[in-house]
Amino acid sequence: MVNIIWVMMAVIGILYAMFNGTMGDVNKALFESADDAVMLSISLISVLVFWIGLMKIAEASGLLEGMAKLFRPIITRLFPDIPPNHPAMGYILSNVSANMFGLGNAATPMGIKAMQEMKKLNPSEEASRSMITFLAINTSSVTLIPTTVIAIRMKYESVAPTEIVATTIIATLISTLGAVLVDRFFYSLRSRRMQ
Amino acid sequence: MGVITTVSTWMIPCIILLVLLVGTWKRVPTYETFVEGGKEGVKMAFSLLPFLLGMMVAIAIFRASGAMEAFVSLLSPFLGLIGVPSEIVPLALVRPISGTAALGMTTELIGTHGPDSFIGRLASTMQGSTDTTLYIITVYFGAVGIKRMGDALKVGLIADFIGIIASIIVVTIVFGS
Repeated sequence: MVNIIWVMMAVIGILYAMFNGTMGDVNKALFESADDAVMLSISLISVLVFWIGLMKIAEASGLLEGMAKLFRPIITRLFPDIPPNHPAMGYILSNVSANMFGLGNAATPMGIKAMQEMKKLNPSEEASRSMITFLAINTSSVTLIPTTVIAIRMKYESVAPTEIVATTIIATLISTLGAVLVDRFFYSLRSRRMQ
Repeated sequence: MGVITTVSTWMIPCIILLVLLVGTWKRVPTYETFVEGGKEGVKMAFSLLPFLLGMMVAIAIFRASGAMEAFVSLLSPFLGLIGVPSEIVPLALVRPISGTAALGMTTELIGTHGPDSFIGRLASTMQGSTDTTLYIITVYFGAVGIKRMGDALKVGLIADFIGIIASIIVVTIVFGS
């Protein structure tokens, strides 16, 4: 499906540019975005090295496991495929908490680590059930303090820059809950097809 | 606001403090362990590069050609039918595809309509309550070499849709339109 979306965006874009007279813009955007991607990857190096290094210490010291133990009742229900003591649980929790507190750059490294741990449980090229659940939770973004948005609102002199915190939290809760339910629904469809 | 700023500036240093103290307490070779993890991080960043580059170039073509705009105006009437205000439609459609484009749109909406207007509040809520699904899928699945992603994209996009609808309802109830 990603293959189709990827090709569609590029092909439709190029065909559209033929009739729209924007081929020059496309040409420019092509190489600019390739540059941007390299810059982004480079800026990811610092973040990835720092957080994964730090989390390795947290894992070795048992801190990660302790945190997972604290939230075990919720997380084992969300991820029934992962053994409760598996390190994946700790990384999933750190990713979700980093997202919650708006530490966006810490969330990505921990999310990737969580995926790696889940892959160890299910070494194939196909996404496992828990990977899809984890992705669903991530794409619906569990944010408690949307720092970027607050900053933009302050820049435009909002009377109450933080007044959207409550609405964001409620909307986030609804969308995350929705994501988990939709994920469960598709899972039940899949398992029915298997039988 | 002061409290939130303080909390977010204190948070990361305090996490570092906690991890290092517990690590030392438990006799973990902290520095060596950090470096081990860091090596993994370097590898990860490089293995991510092609995934990011491929996706970002396709999005850039789609956007620069004007096709993204056409796509948005094509879908606007349908989203209008279910009550999505027309000003917000582009943001709702672009949010799952491109994080930078969405942030730009949010900034522009807040600037044009004012941060305390209905549209400004709605854009703020929407920006904060959904994430760039395509980026997350590219990065997370790319990093661990998942080729068949099953229902992940479907679930992610439906979750985005739920987030958008939820934002509209919540903002309307809390602030009124």
